[in-house]
Amino acid sequence: MNVGVIVFPGSNCDHDCRHVFQTVLGQSVQMIWHKETSLKGVDAVVLPGGFSYGDYLRTGAIARFSPVMGAVKAFAKDGGAVIGICNGFQILLEAGLLPGAMLRNKSLHFICKDVHVKVENAATAFTEACESGQVLKIPVAHADGNYYTDPVTLAAMQANAQIVLRYCTPEGKVTPEANPNGSLDNIAGIINPEGNVLGMMPHPERCAEDVLGNKDGKLIFLSLLKAMKVKV
Amino acid sequence: MKAKIHVTLKQGILDPQGKAIEHALDSLGFKNAANVRVGKYMEVDVQETDKAKADAQVKQMCEKLLANTIIEEYRYELV
Repeated sequence: MNVGVIVFPGSNCDHDCRHVFQTVLGQSVQMIWHKETSLKGVDAVVLPGGFSYGDYLRTGAIARFSPVMGAVKAFAKDGGAVIGICNGFQILLEAGLLPGAMLRNKSLHFICKDVHVKVENAATAFTEACESGQVLKIPVAHADGNYYTDPVTLAAMQANAQIVLRYCTPEGKVTPEANPNGSLDNIAGIINPEGNVLGMMPHPERCAEDVLGNKDGKLIFLSLLKAMKVKV
Repeated sequence: MKAKIHVTLKQGILDPQGKAIEHALDSLGFKNAANVRVGKYMEVDVQETDKAKADAQVKQMCEKLLANTIIEEYRYELV
């Protein structure tokens, strides 16, 4: 599989994503600078974490107008797999590829720690290597991860099983105490109705190999390979 | 003309910064301070003499970039 990792000014998890796909999973990776207008024929696109454009104005608000985003939108519209992690998720929201918006964390703190998320929908291209209801331990690192959307959109997402990951206790209980940032309905990750665009706040690329002491995040990437019928 | 633009979170949307400031005001003895909302203030020089045209442009700027209308509202004046 040929994976495109988009590099915005201020991206800082781009090389971690490249490392996982290339070194851990043996796939080919193209780093695509945000000024590009073509995705060079890649099979899947990653919008990595970081602080694109310094998070000025709002997280993702300026990156969504980068030249490459036109190609990303067209790719997504044609059914191409797109995953946005952390700042990448924020960019997908601002670009309108996923519904809703991010607010400042309820605590106002930048939160950098391991959290637990429950796989609420294991029938997606990004979670099919997981069991339904499986609890994954994945770190978050953000100041604006407090997901918000209007009640009508939330109900539609719930009805369509678009809420893929929810913050939970280590035992898998979705409680207010397990919610690190005040996110609506404990939302940690959502997918579009068509099922080809995923946004998630936790960083699976930071826990995808043994040497890091945790490889729960690898399941997200393995799911994508499985969905694309790639043997690892 | 100069556009003076205010962007704030919509009513009903939690404003954690506003809450923190409200608590600080309360602890300073301003017991009657309530409903603090934090927003952004921006000034933009618009190279346009026709007020109606400038108004339409600033509205577009707000809708497209300066505010995220899912969570924020905006108002502006042209001077």
